[in-house]
Amino acid sequence: MELTYEVEGGNFSKAGHASSSIKKVLKQLNVDPKVVKRVVVALYEAEVNVVAHAYNGIITARVEQGSVSIEVRDQGPGIPDIPLAMQAGYSTASAKVREMGFGAGMGLPNMKKNVDVLNISSQVGVGTRVELITYF
Amino acid sequence: MKVSDLVNELSLTVFSGQAGLDHDVTGGYTSDLLSDVMGNVDEGQVWITLQTHRNIMAVASLKEVAAVILVKGLEPAADTMVQSHEEGIPLLGTSLEAFEISGRLYQLLNPRG
Ligand SMILES: Nc1ncnc2c1ncn2[C@@H]1O[C@H](COP(=O)(O)OP(=O)(O)OP(=O)(O)O)[C@@H](O)[C@H]1O
Ligand SMILES: [Mg+2]
Repeated sequence: MELTYEVEGGNFSKAGHASSSIKKVLKQLNVDPKVVKRVVVALYEAEVNVVAHAYNGIITARVEQGSVSIEVRDQGPGIPDIPLAMQAGYSTASAKVREMGFGAGMGLPNMKKNVDVLNISSQVGVGTRVELITYF
Repeated sequence: MKVSDLVNELSLTVFSGQAGLDHDVTGGYTSDLLSDVMGNVDEGQVWITLQTHRNIMAVASLKEVAAVILVKGLEPAADTMVQSHEEGIPLLGTSLEAFEISGRLYQLLNPRG
């Protein structure tokens, strides 16, 4: 099964819609609740990163027998130094975004902790692709 | 213990999400950083925060928390209450600061702790 969602950069009021919808689908498919929880944490962080840091994005989730693979691809500024961005506490979030409680620099570490495979590739000035794979 | 018991014992305001007042409470988590809550709160816990915008309800719903308590007499944004209602997750309030309400909640949940 394949699901696709659009994510609007800067629109915090919709942040989490895709994660919520994918969560419902995984539950309906009777995926182990523990797996659903992990997928949801990682996906929410990826979705919010598009909202907070990029211009727009597309989420594609593929649910197969034994795995959930999610690709989050955005058009945005890109990430110049991925190992630095992966460090807990590193954030370039604006003051406004921080005031809302985002920008702790914990999103990428949360993704890493909750999925089996995290692949990030990025081109500065073009965009970022995040791949999240969970096996069960 | 149920959310409704906390409302009574801690004299909390119920802003919205009354449908979830019978949720069982397993513990609490106090934080204003959404990624911290995303990574660390557990299902069934009560989340104590000063954030009042609607994204808290997205996190609350994805993590299936029992309820959210806003501290220091803060009031939720209108769309936060709407989403709390839709999700059936109670949005509660206290005039106390996070430290105090966390302590009282801890005592209530761990009478000998
Ligand atoms: N999709 C993206 N496009 C551009 N930059 C990104 C993207 N995702 C992450 N980054 C960069 O990596 C940094 C770290 O990301 P991470 O998700 O760990 O923290 P954050 O988003 O700043 O804060 P938090 O996730 O705790 O709210 C970001 O501050 C930003 O500089
Ligand atoms: Mg982030």
